[in-house]
Amino acid sequence: MRAVSLARPDDAAGWRSAARALAQAGVPASDVGWTVAGEGGDLFAEEALPAPTANSRLTVPKPFLGLVDAVICHSDPERFALLYAMLLKLQDNRRALEDRADPLLKRLEVMRKAVGRDIHKMRAFVRFREVEGHDGSERFAAWFEPDHHIVRANAPFFQRRFAAMTWSILTPELCAHWDGAGLSFSEGAVKADAPGGDPVEETWKTYYASIFNPARVKVKAMTAEMPRKYWKNMPETALVPGLIAGARERELAMVERSRQALPAEPRPREAADMAMTKIGSWEQLAEEAQRRHGEEQGNAGTQLVFGEGRRDADLMFVGEQPGDQEDRAGRPFVGPAGQLFDQALGRAGIDRAETYVTNAVKRFKFEQRGKRRIHSKPGAQEIEAYRWWIEAERGLVAPDLTVALGATAARALLGKTVTISKTRGTALELPGGGRGLVTVHPSYLLRIPDKGKADEEMHRFVEDLETARKLAA
Amino acid sequence: MAQLDTRQKLEILADAAKYDASCASSGTSKRNSLDGKGIGSTEGMGICHAYAPDGRCISLLKILLTNSCIFDCHYCINRKSSNVRRARFTAEEVVHLTLSFYKRNYIEGLFLSSGIIRSSNYTMEQLVEVARELRETHDFRGYIHLKTIPDADEELVRQAGLYADRVSINVELPTVSGLKRLAPEKDGRRIEGAMADMKGAIDDLKDARKKYRSAPKFAPAGQSTQMIVGADAAKDGDIIMRARTLYDRFRLRRVYYSAFSPIPDASAVLPLQRPPLMREHRLYQSDWLMRFYGFTPSEVISASTDGMLPLDIDPKLAWALKFRENFPVDVNRAPRDMLLRVPGLGTKAVAAILSSRRWRRLRLDDVARLTVSLKKVQPFICCEDWSPRTLTDKSDLTAWVKPKREQLELFPG
Repeated sequence: MRAVSLARPDDAAGWRSAARALAQAGVPASDVGWTVAGEGGDLFAEEALPAPTANSRLTVPKPFLGLVDAVICHSDPERFALLYAMLLKLQDNRRALEDRADPLLKRLEVMRKAVGRDIHKMRAFVRFREVEGHDGSERFAAWFEPDHHIVRANAPFFQRRFAAMTWSILTPELCAHWDGAGLSFSEGAVKADAPGGDPVEETWKTYYASIFNPARVKVKAMTAEMPRKYWKNMPETALVPGLIAGARERELAMVERSRQALPAEPRPREAADMAMTKIGSWEQLAEEAQRRHGEEQGNAGTQLVFGEGRRDADLMFVGEQPGDQEDRAGRPFVGPAGQLFDQALGRAGIDRAETYVTNAVKRFKFEQRGKRRIHSKPGAQEIEAYRWWIEAERGLVAPDLTVALGATAARALLGKTVTISKTRGTALELPGGGRGLVTVHPSYLLRIPDKGKADEEMHRFVEDLETARKLAA
Repeated sequence: MAQLDTRQKLEILADAAKYDASCASSGTSKRNSLDGKGIGSTEGMGICHAYAPDGRCISLLKILLTNSCIFDCHYCINRKSSNVRRARFTAEEVVHLTLSFYKRNYIEGLFLSSGIIRSSNYTMEQLVEVARELRETHDFRGYIHLKTIPDADEELVRQAGLYADRVSINVELPTVSGLKRLAPEKDGRRIEGAMADMKGAIDDLKDARKKYRSAPKFAPAGQSTQMIVGADAAKDGDIIMRARTLYDRFRLRRVYYSAFSPIPDASAVLPLQRPPLMREHRLYQSDWLMRFYGFTPSEVISASTDGMLPLDIDPKLAWALKFRENFPVDVNRAPRDMLLRVPGLGTKAVAAILSSRRWRRLRLDDVARLTVSLKKVQPFICCEDWSPRTLTDKSDLTAWVKPKREQLELFPG
């Protein structure tokens, strides 16, 4: 059995040089006893430590050094032996740190985590109190009780933050001091050595009590992050029981005070309600549109795109919904599909200015992807919500024929889903009265990759438009 | 009226600030005061110096400069028509409070907001003055979060960004109709315009820094926003879509949700009852799923019923139960994005699984070492010695994985 005595509980350098020598000599983990000077131990050295061999280099992956620095601060007396066992494992397999399911590594990781948490909580919960400095300068001192040997490792944090102050952090095991020029450490202290209070604490407690919201008490969430073991050294925690006890009363009192007759939330609009409204004029239509759809949310920054064209047209076209460009322009059918539509109208001998063009849904629905607004197909809900509008437009324009461009428009006009291929090109009776015709949406033509097929479909589309022209004449 | 002393003002102006959920102090550039001048440091990760019994972290001194306001937003305790006591800090008082709290290690810095007095520009000037004083006169290197006023001059907002680590503008309510009803004087379009301007300024200065190292840092912790949940009729689905849009359009660091809570002297337009706090929590979870777990907004929403996320189980579990055909996932073979879908596997556990399985065929014991709760994971995975053949089909799977009804809020007596 070999015995190693380290200078301090967090003596990472001592552990490293001993472990290096032992590993180079091939000493198995079970043959080494680790102690800290002054902590006692029942191990007797039977053999001296092997002398470190200078030339045979022992290498470990870098992350292991970080693991050592953290775990060495843990309070578990077995930490030195466990780290040594891990070191030997790494000599067999340099990538052993990747095997996260390994029980030894897992145990070390748990220890590392505990040390990390202790360090973090010390940074959070140390409470400095001002003490009289020798020369009238600002001097601060704090009392803290960490779970692990972290004071030395953690002191530089306080140095980086409070370099212009002089301060001491007293703990039972080790005290850290900063005098404005250098860090120093001294033996452990007792709580009575630390200052008993600070006038600013009353102000701090005022803040703590005021920032607490009595309408949302979550004690578990508080104690998970601020365990009770820390409370005794934090001035504000004395207020906690009183705050919790008074919370429900305060909340109920607030609710009681404001109990009055309330205007109800606007009722969710129902489809039936929509169809009822009788629209008698274009002004009324504009008003009603603003009232119903002016404040819609979900697609921020979009506008309502109204139909346009001759208000006594014989031929009315209904598309799906405005796209990105239509939304920007505030006009229907001006984007790529709109241009194709104009072409097709021309070939069918229809003057767009003589028709009325609108959409089944009047607002651009999209999903934001980065900078682009990607068209998102309107759902049954949206189509239903806007049906009153289409009906009102048909009532005001009173066209001879209404052409549905695509499935969305067909659904809006017919009140049910139909298959385009089965219904296209022949006149239909519309449920609200009047005649209708179904064909494809011009954007469908844009999506056909094959040139020949696209031309063929364009031809069919123009044919449908010609049929429409004849029916409306 | 008798003069208020600083403590009385603090009582009023901290109380007035507590409805802002954010208290984050992370994500900014690294600084310290090792040069012996000034005070403070920031090291990337924020620190919560205390927790209030509402479970919220106290990281910053979060106060209003004044709670007087010319606006009359119904949900706000500080609205013009409210009967709360009014107070106003001087810039000097805020600076002094911040520094004396900071030196005692109570806080990471300052989160300063304000009611609107006189004009937007005047108010913004006052906020900027506090930040300037802290940074320039006292060399304060801690964290500063400034709330910016939507209508303030671009130049003032730019100055705010030069002194502050983070700036924020609240969208307040998830829907435009809600904003119109509850905050009639606020203009959604102007709020968004201000966010777009801020994004532009952050991008510009970032570009400048690429070219000239000496270019000043501008709001290194970015911008965030907050919306109130449960004061209007918006469903979770609406809120999630809205948040996604905000993240994408303005590249926000965070969208905070604040469950509406009854306020003293409330306006009659508000609901009397608070929404369950769990709702806010579920929204945050869904936010996480989208930001770190590769869920799309529509996938998260598909786990909801009538647009509302379930309150009794988390959204990831809800998704897994609804789309059970995706499970079990083989932890020894599945790609990262599928592992991330397994309820109970976090990003760290997934990283550990991917790393370990290069060295062993994972057995149930191994998985137990890599995860927090094996029981939660088990029905959704298979591995070397485990396959949940009977479990995933069991109709009462929901009951098996559902957490026992926990007491969420604790009142003594």
